[in-house]
Amino acid sequence: MQQTVYKVIGVVLVLYSLIFGLLTSIPDLPIIEESIRNLFYHVSMWFAMVAMMAGSFAYSIAFLRKENLYTDRRTAALTETGMLFAFLGLFTGMIWARFTWGAWWTNDPKLNGSAITILIYLAYFILRNGIEDERKKARISAVYNIFAFVMMIVFIGILPRMTDSLHPGNGGNPGFNSYDLDNRLRLIFYPAVIGWILIGTWIASLRYRIKNLSIT
Amino acid sequence: MKNLFLTLTATAPISLLAQSKNFMYSEGKIYVVIAVIAVIFLGLAGYLYRMDRKISALENEK
Repeated sequence: MQQTVYKVIGVVLVLYSLIFGLLTSIPDLPIIEESIRNLFYHVSMWFAMVAMMAGSFAYSIAFLRKENLYTDRRTAALTETGMLFAFLGLFTGMIWARFTWGAWWTNDPKLNGSAITILIYLAYFILRNGIEDERKKARISAVYNIFAFVMMIVFIGILPRMTDSLHPGNGGNPGFNSYDLDNRLRLIFYPAVIGWILIGTWIASLRYRIKNLSIT
Repeated sequence: MKNLFLTLTATAPISLLAQSKNFMYSEGKIYVVIAVIAVIFLGLAGYLYRMDRKISALENEK
């Protein structure tokens, strides 16, 4: 085991958020009601995803500077883990949407933006698999990864806030900002986000080490 | 007194039993759900831990 401390902290923080996320008292919100607790579970998936992608973005830049193939493997491992969180976020969001908006999917800018983001990152893997030469593969996918990260920020961070969106926290809806004022929620949400990011880092590090093992 | 309690609980309907003072029965059994979630998550964490150990072993072999 390498660097056990952050893994233990991650497990403890997530466990804390899972348990106390159900026990904490919540603000009285119309329509959202008890599902505000999804803030600890669904929203933390997206935060973990963005963190993984930010990591892969940083390693992509690092790769282009030094052209070290180990760095490229870190990028790929982080992007794969980010995709896991993206799909978990997408599916948990769909469950919530079904019982809040009455449909599994709506043409909401936030939802479509996250779907486009997932498609952009899926193309990253297709691009990687399409190139035989290791160096060429690493270089081209690093450039693409930088592009993908910027697109992600635009599609899930900027566009939904500029147009009307039904999603909590967007388009003037009561959401993240008003929950943010509630310290009861903050006390569980922030540890959940940090915990999931640490768990994601752990998963990504395992994938990275497997990649190193399977090569040579 | 203990016998009285036993006869009461033995004949009491389930709902009455559920309202007993036991911690796990309180709050509509939400703690049972929490225990289930905790077991699942700890199981997954343990799985990650075992995988980590196995990868370390493979790395040491190399």
